[in-house]
Amino acid sequence: MSTTVQGRPAAVTAAAAAPGGRSRGPARARWAAVAFVAPAWLYVAGFYLYPLASSIRMGFQDYTVSSFYTGVAPYVGWDNYSKVLHDSHFGRTVLNTVVFTAGSLVFQFALGLALAVFFNRRFPLGGPLRSLLLVPWLLPLVVSGTAWRWILDTDSGVLNHALLQLHLIGHPVPWLASTHDALTAVTLVNIWVGIPFNMVILYGGLQSIPGELYEAAALDGAGGWQRFRHITLPLLRPVTAVVLTLGLIYTVKVFDVIMILTQGGPAGSSQTLTTFAYNLSFQQLEFGRGAAVGNLLIVVAVVFAVVYLRATREQRQAGR
Amino acid sequence: MLFPLYWMLNASLLPSTDLVKSSPTWIPLHGTLQGYRRALSSQGSHLLVSLGVSAGTVVLVLLIAVPAAYGLAQLRAPGGRLLTFAFLIAQMIPGVVMANSFYTAASKLHLLDSPLALILADSTLCVPFAVLVLQAAMRGVPAELSEAAVLDGASRLRTLLSVILPVSRNAVVTASLFSFLFAWADFLFAVTLTTRDDRAPVTVGIYRFIGAHLSDWNSVMATGIIASLPAAVLLVVAQRYVAAGVTSGAVKD
Repeated sequence: MSTTVQGRPAAVTAAAAAPGGRSRGPARARWAAVAFVAPAWLYVAGFYLYPLASSIRMGFQDYTVSSFYTGVAPYVGWDNYSKVLHDSHFGRTVLNTVVFTAGSLVFQFALGLALAVFFNRRFPLGGPLRSLLLVPWLLPLVVSGTAWRWILDTDSGVLNHALLQLHLIGHPVPWLASTHDALTAVTLVNIWVGIPFNMVILYGGLQSIPGELYEAAALDGAGGWQRFRHITLPLLRPVTAVVLTLGLIYTVKVFDVIMILTQGGPAGSSQTLTTFAYNLSFQQLEFGRGAAVGNLLIVVAVVFAVVYLRATREQRQAGR
Repeated sequence: MLFPLYWMLNASLLPSTDLVKSSPTWIPLHGTLQGYRRALSSQGSHLLVSLGVSAGTVVLVLLIAVPAAYGLAQLRAPGGRLLTFAFLIAQMIPGVVMANSFYTAASKLHLLDSPLALILADSTLCVPFAVLVLQAAMRGVPAELSEAAVLDGASRLRTLLSVILPVSRNAVVTASLFSFLFAWADFLFAVTLTTRDDRAPVTVGIYRFIGAHLSDWNSVMATGIIASLPAAVLLVVAQRYVAAGVTSGAVKD
């Protein structure tokens, strides 16, 4: 953004054009700026830093329901962590988290990209249809989760009915009630939830690819698939990196979908680290152990946050 | 993609007996509004709680985010980059970690079951998003505009309210709509911070309702439809804001 100095009154110009430009104005102006952002700083301290610090501290405390009454929560070192790591469900939970996250990401991305490519060709009603597809993303997850629970119902669910009619299955599949299928079912629903987000961001990426490139390639005799492989995919790479890392960060902490559909069950077969942390804290009332699992999640989130920030920086550099 | 939504609408209109038949009824020819009647009578108070909490969240978020965005974008407040970075990172803290801490804090402050606790907790989902959206919009406002106002003798607060805010109206609408939606859809904070059933927002209302009336899909789905109304209204009335919101790096967890 370029601002012209021309015609600006002298007093203002002097202040704005002071050496170094930014924030070198009169002290009063600087204090005014500080006053405007001060509430936000207090907010960050009170609503992000404090919870973060208190979660880290609770991870080292034996914080149980009695702590709320007595105010006593003895420090126990790494005890919570070792209990969690030796929990018989822990291995399964980590594996579930990996399968759930990887499965969601791959299919959300593939289907989102397919839809984005589809809508990138102009056709009548394309715009309204595209925004209609956003509905699943805007609905409260509790609502769409409930709708899916009805669709996946063993006896009266429409999915089983359709599969039986097509003779793809011989007996109704207990999607949410069997230890064998519950993880597949929750992953499926989470894929459905995430497609619109992928579609919108990737569509934005496609729009920024100049059409001449495709025309030139077509003149050179490149087919549709070749154009997709050699133009679309490489030029979409920065956006892809952002979508995938953001998707990863969000998917790792998915809570609503799993809680509504299976509550992590049956027998922990669809439990992920997020629902595990919730269960420890709010069902077993072992807040210290819940915090320990939560802190492990933070570590995962921070790692991907770094990857994300790298990716966006690269994208910004590539874009300019 | 849209079939589950149709199926929910369909089920909300069908009498419960049709819903457990061995072959599904595809079109609600013999529809009934029974489910909606029951939904409103059992979830009406939850809907009111959600409405209050969501509206309160919007107000709180704007109170924090508007001045911050102004300070960052127009006044170039010192430490601005660090603050923006803090908000970027804040969005990545898993909700379950926040819920754990908020629960203990709310319990100490005797704020459990209070709408205030929910407003405060829900605002953490929206403030970073609102600051980023507003900041981007306010950066586009030419400096001449506010300088002219200052020359006319307006204070900075006055400049913000009567010059900057009107021109960045679209961003304010986007931030408000999404804050409302995030708070309306929140389930994690709602289920952890409300223990009394009569104080619960509609997301928890539905959750407990399914638990208790597993076979009564008709009224469960009717509740779902009613709880989706804000999103539906938003999509029809404010389409362009929605697209703007999603593409400006929107968050949903």
